[in-house]
Amino acid sequence: METIDLEQHFDAKLAKNEMIEPKDWMPDNYRKHLIRQISQHAHSEIVGMLPEGNWITRAPSLRAKIVLLAKVQDEGGHGLYLYTAAETLQISREELLDQLHTGKAKYSSIFNYQTLTWADIGAVGWLVDGAAIMNQVMLQRTSYGPYARAMVRICKEESFHQRQGYEIMCHLAFGTPAQKEMAQDAMNRWWYPTLMMFGPKDANSSNSANAIKWKIKRESNDELRQRFVNQTVAQAEYLGIKIPDENLKWNETKKGYDFSDPDWAEFNNIIHGHGPCNKERIGARVKAHENGKWVREAAAAFGKKQNAIDVAA
Amino acid sequence: MNNQALFNFLLRIGDTNLILAQRLSEWTGHGPFLEEDLALTNIALDLFGTSRSVLEYAAKIEEKGRTEDDLAFLRGEREFVNPLICELPNGDYAFTIARQCIVDAFQLHFYSELVKSKDETIAGISAKAIKETKYHFRHSASWMERFGNGTEESHERLQNALNFIWAYTEDVFATDAGYNELIKTGIVPEMAAIKSAWEKSMNEVLAKSSVSKPENVFMQKGSLKGIHTEQFGYLLTEMQYMQRAFPGAKW
Ligand SMILES: [Fe+2]
Ligand SMILES: [Fe+2]
Repeated sequence: METIDLEQHFDAKLAKNEMIEPKDWMPDNYRKHLIRQISQHAHSEIVGMLPEGNWITRAPSLRAKIVLLAKVQDEGGHGLYLYTAAETLQISREELLDQLHTGKAKYSSIFNYQTLTWADIGAVGWLVDGAAIMNQVMLQRTSYGPYARAMVRICKEESFHQRQGYEIMCHLAFGTPAQKEMAQDAMNRWWYPTLMMFGPKDANSSNSANAIKWKIKRESNDELRQRFVNQTVAQAEYLGIKIPDENLKWNETKKGYDFSDPDWAEFNNIIHGHGPCNKERIGARVKAHENGKWVREAAAAFGKKQNAIDVAA
Repeated sequence: MNNQALFNFLLRIGDTNLILAQRLSEWTGHGPFLEEDLALTNIALDLFGTSRSVLEYAAKIEEKGRTEDDLAFLRGEREFVNPLICELPNGDYAFTIARQCIVDAFQLHFYSELVKSKDETIAGISAKAIKETKYHFRHSASWMERFGNGTEESHERLQNALNFIWAYTEDVFATDAGYNELIKTGIVPEMAAIKSAWEKSMNEVLAKSSVSKPENVFMQKGSLKGIHTEQFGYLLTEMQYMQRAFPGAKW
């Protein structure tokens, strides 16, 4: 088939909402876009283990510790599903990790913020996982098969995460004055960064148009952000926690809340490496990778020797 | 309370699992590669789970209205009775694996006997723990084999780890008068048989891993009396921070 036929075939598949599979022909830009997006997503999962991992050794009860540890492990598992999905696009894990470690690949900027108190663990689960779910639910219907299937598995676990985060917030919000204060402080610090998670406003989002054309993304940044705000207001009210936005107001015409923009200058700073923890996060990943080098080498060398024995036997 | 011996024994098992899990969980997010990070975290989760069940039972036996969290987060250094080996800092991955293998082999043989305990709760907890520990031991023993026979560097790291850690092996099998009381009532097994089964298992693993067993080692002891290493206070400080800083709060 000529490229033009292949391209028509590809477009026709998309039009019929059929999945694109690894063996199918796909435009080069589609492949590149997917590698970028899936690997960015995978990196976000494993970098995301760090801010929450920061509280594993200090979790305030055995139950809370076990729940948090299992959650952080889930995120690592998500990273694994996603790296595997990215690998179907003919790129190796080693290359992908190298892009993360050298700063060539991005990850969600939210993980460059600090987890300063235990309430941050609640806020991250409730708000950050909550925002992630908005994106991820949509991605279960993304056009690339392996990515969509990874997202189905991931979404099942994500809803637990959000519930667990909200549960932590409940304990705090209905606890002692010090706990309430801790919860409000976490909200004050995490609200705007969470809004940034949906990406720039549609008008300023360069990658969005293609992603929607190729049915990789099915809803725009602004649509998802609006849905998140609408859902979160009532949850915050129940907790008696104030959302730090004087302009937050119900708008009857659009049947949704009006709300303030996050500080996009701050967002750009973080994307360009100047967030509170960018260097720490990448530093921790690089350190783990380097410290693990001899372990991986030992496993590989041993595997080779075993194979040689098996062949000889 | 006339169950002091039983309470002390439960603390020993609960603390063994809790403190080792606390150390393992420091690796989460920092493992040598993703699959192994997840595997080690799984082991930490199992150990935390066991410690929680055991400490919950200990609190019940004690009858002083304490909870498993009170026991984990509000006891001081001298009240913890985990074997010293559990609290040793992680070191490199060879050290973590060597520490794990030594404790896994012990727990495997120990639970295999403890499952016959006349105390039904203990027998039940042990039955669940055996299944988990079998997997843990397979994991740590297979890494011992990989390190011992992998590269020169991995071999050296493993041998160095063993040379340091061997001094803490005898303390794992420590018993006291209370423990001997419990043997008589059929609640716990004789430790001597467990120790020889452990030695056999370790000899096999060490041989397969082409490393040597350290000889003429001066053995450290003290855990049953709450005499710990210097690092232990820091571990507790971190683990207990929230409960100490916010007394009486619910989480
Ligand atoms: Fe995730
Ligand atoms: Fe999550």
